[in-house]
Amino acid sequence: MLLKIAIKNLLGARLRTILNVFVTSFSFFIILLMSGMYDGMLQHAKNVTIDTEIAGGAYWHPNYDPLDPMSFEDSHSLIPNKIQSLIDKKDAFPVLVNQVSIYPGGRIMPAILKGIPPNQDIVKMPSTSLNSYKDGTIPVLIGKGMAQSTKLNVGDSFTIRWLDINRTFDANEGTVVHIMDTENFKIDMGHIWIPLNIAQSMFAMQDQATYVTYKKNLKEIADNTDWLHRDVDFLVKDMEAIIEADKPSVQVMFIILLSLAAMGIFNAQVLSIFRRGREIGTLMALGMTRLRVVALFTLEGGLNAILSAFATLIVFGPFLWYFSMSGIPLPIDYTEMGLIMAKRLIPVYSAGLIFSTMILVSIIVLIVSYLPSRKISQMKPTDALRGKAIT
Amino acid sequence: MNIKNSVIKFNNVTKRFPVGGDYFIALKNIDLLLNKGEFTGLVGPSGSGKTTLLNIIGGLDSASDGNVSVLGQSLENTSHNERAKVRRKNMGFIFQSYNLLPVYSVFENVELPLILNKIDSTQRLKKVNQAIEWVGLSDKRDSRPSMLSGGECQRTAIARAIVHQPALVMADEPTANLDAENSHHIMKILTNLNRELSTSFVFATHDEKIMGYLKRIIHLEDGQIKKDQLIKNPKFS
Repeated sequence: MLLKIAIKNLLGARLRTILNVFVTSFSFFIILLMSGMYDGMLQHAKNVTIDTEIAGGAYWHPNYDPLDPMSFEDSHSLIPNKIQSLIDKKDAFPVLVNQVSIYPGGRIMPAILKGIPPNQDIVKMPSTSLNSYKDGTIPVLIGKGMAQSTKLNVGDSFTIRWLDINRTFDANEGTVVHIMDTENFKIDMGHIWIPLNIAQSMFAMQDQATYVTYKKNLKEIADNTDWLHRDVDFLVKDMEAIIEADKPSVQVMFIILLSLAAMGIFNAQVLSIFRRGREIGTLMALGMTRLRVVALFTLEGGLNAILSAFATLIVFGPFLWYFSMSGIPLPIDYTEMGLIMAKRLIPVYSAGLIFSTMILVSIIVLIVSYLPSRKISQMKPTDALRGKAIT
Repeated sequence: MNIKNSVIKFNNVTKRFPVGGDYFIALKNIDLLLNKGEFTGLVGPSGSGKTTLLNIIGGLDSASDGNVSVLGQSLENTSHNERAKVRRKNMGFIFQSYNLLPVYSVFENVELPLILNKIDSTQRLKKVNQAIEWVGLSDKRDSRPSMLSGGECQRTAIARAIVHQPALVMADEPTANLDAENSHHIMKILTNLNRELSTSFVFATHDEKIMGYLKRIIHLEDGQIKKDQLIKNPKFS
């Protein structure tokens, strides 16, 4: 019975229902879009890292600790046979890492030098540009961020100084052959990339490497050496830790958005319900109990939420779909701030996000429908009939 | 008065309203007996207690002192739900400003008491059509209140009040917003219903136009019954 009346009320109210449903569905839309953008940002950061750096995973020299540059000089050795066989099959490529000092424009700067086979195609890096080794200097590939901080341009030369195997300093000239436009600051900031064979010869570490990155979808090889297998899950752990650390701020953002939505919905519902004092008085005069009045208006709120979910799908769905396809252009380049962010942010709407948003907004709608209707139902029917103001 | 046939029985009823730190006495020691099928008017100037008396009869308000019995059931110490049930089953209300639900059509407004009484849809359709026919609004059944004249709105309210054939219908100034022609039309409808359905009607009014239809007139003044008048041959009956 109540459902029937509630449906009648909703459909009959036309403009009022349209306004309420619009406010609620707009809240759905904003929350979905903002949360989708954040999820998209995280997803993008993970994808970019995998595409440009991690690929399917890696095998590390046991002493290698990417967060400790002091460990680099001891974290290299000949590549174990089974891992070497992956390289031979072009399923993996080795990287030799060492700490160096560079002198761009006469200034000294510490840098991480990485030797990479120029023809590798396992990670998306323009390493082939390193093949243009012509004038006797070391061809160097750097990222846009590094180029900006060192003020280096393509064709600029600078001194690279390193500690060789005999623990004496050696130096040579490097020439920037390409500046890569990457969103992954981890292969950009503080990094210089040179051909692997040159790096091995510079450090007198022939055939040695620090880690080996392998293709996506390759199974872990059973290797009895002490090189450490690092899968994607391990390699994105630091990023997940950043995401985890950022969770409270995300939750705050979500709560703010939800509160704004709740206020909008509350405003619309309160206005709608309090304006209907006379109607409530009439329903009571016709014999509707207080409990049923509250249930009726709460039910109307629930139906409002369901209608809003459909309205979101129909009205705002195309916008959500469009943004998820073409992305949202960002006004500034966040990579300069050390963030892995796309120039066009593609929102990602997971089923969990959609479901949780729907549930949360629906609960809010139910609460903000219940509270004013409970208040108004506690009025004396005679006051409600007179349309007496509710305080 | 015939107590066996009584639909309303007031015994020494007083109603006080708190005003500031004091009380305003709206009804003072009212004793009243209304019988089945009566067509009664509560008449008096503004503030005489007509609407308060009507609200107490309808269980919309409660007496401060004294006993009220409606349709054989004492309203003393009854819960809101019990009173709502009495109203739902046995009472109909007609308001001065119609109080129609604006988003419903005439049909839906009239149907509402039947939905609240859980009458099945076939019966509902029959009873609503009959009630709409009684008040002469068959051609307006799908119209919304905003599309109706004042007289048509009040006729809709009457159809809503009598659709479930209650024992008692209360009307608070039913003709106050209507012109003379519409007022007489409405009163004729109510007189016919009173005759055909034996429904008891209680009016709160100070409209001289409808006095000629009443079979009993109770004069109220300052919350007290000043005169209780039985009209043997109403002017417009």
